[in-house]
Amino acid sequence: MKELSLNVLDIAENSITARSTLINIDILESDETLTLSIRDNGCGMSKEMVESVTDPFCTTRKTRKVGLGIPFLKMEAEMTGGNFSIESKSEKEYPDDHGTVTSATFYKNHIDFIPLGDIISSICTLIHGAGRIDIVYTHKTPEIDVSLDTKELREVLGEEISLSEPEVLEWIRQYLSEQYNTHK
Amino acid sequence: MKSLAELAAIREKMKDKVSMREGSNDIRIVVGMATCGIAAGARPVLNAFVEQVSKEGLTDTVTVSQTGCIGICQSEPVVEVYKAGEDKVTYVHMTPEKVAKIIEQHIKGGKVVSEYALKEN
Repeated sequence: MKELSLNVLDIAENSITARSTLINIDILESDETLTLSIRDNGCGMSKEMVESVTDPFCTTRKTRKVGLGIPFLKMEAEMTGGNFSIESKSEKEYPDDHGTVTSATFYKNHIDFIPLGDIISSICTLIHGAGRIDIVYTHKTPEIDVSLDTKELREVLGEEISLSEPEVLEWIRQYLSEQYNTHK
Repeated sequence: MKSLAELAAIREKMKDKVSMREGSNDIRIVVGMATCGIAAGARPVLNAFVEQVSKEGLTDTVTVSQTGCIGICQSEPVVEVYKAGEDKVTYVHMTPEKVAKIIEQHIKGGKVVSEYALKEN
C-alpha cells in the first residue's frame, strides 16, 4: 500500500464483513511513533483463526476474505521497527462482548515508514460503504486533536437522510479538514 | 467552522428529494474495494464517481456503491455498471481520469465506453 490510510480502509472493511455495528478507529501520534488501532464489535474470530490471519500462506478458502490485508499491515509496521497485534473474541465464546482489535505501531523516523496519506478520504469512503454501521474516529498528535462520531451526525440527519449522500459526505470531508487545520 | 446546524440545513434541503427518490434508482455503479482494489487505486476512483454523479445531478437515478473482491485482481481497479434491463458492463484498470467519460458517454448517453471495458473471452 502506498499510504497507511489505505490500510485503515482495508482493515475496516474486515469489520464490515464481520457484521459489526460500531467501528472505532484511533490514531495516536507522538513525535516518534504512530499507533493505529481499529476496534469493532463484530462476530470476532476463534483462536485458531486469529493465529492464521497474519500468515498469508496459511489462508484457506474459508478464511479467504481476510487475505493479504492483515499481513500487509503487519509487515509495514515491522519494517519500521514497530509492532502489530490482533486480538479477537468470537461471538460464539463471548456472546455479550465480542469483536476484534487490530493495532499497529510505526516508528515515523524510520526510512521504511509509509506516510499516513489521505486519511480524510479513507474515513469518507468507509462511511460511504458502511451503511448503518457507526464509525467513531479520533486522531491525536501533539499538534492536533481530530474526532468524528457518526452517531452524532445520524441524530441530526434523522432516519431518512443517509450518511452516504454526496452532500453529507462533502460536509464530513470539510468538517474533518477544518479540524486538521486547527492547531492546538 | 463547520457546525452541526449546517448538517441540519442539509437535512431540511434533502428531505423531500430523498423521499421522492425511493425505488427510482435504476443505474448502479459498483466499485471493488477489497485489498486488491484499494492497493491498485480504487479509493480515488470511487470518490470521483461519487463527486461526478452529484455534480451532474444524477443522484436521483444513479447509486454508487462498494463491493469486495470481484475476482479479477490483476485488472483492478474494477468498476461494474448495472443498468436495468441491460447486461452488466465491467470497466477495468480504472483511474479517476476515466470517470468523466464513463459518466458522460455511458451513464448519461447509454453508450458503453468499450476501450475501458473488459474484453470478454
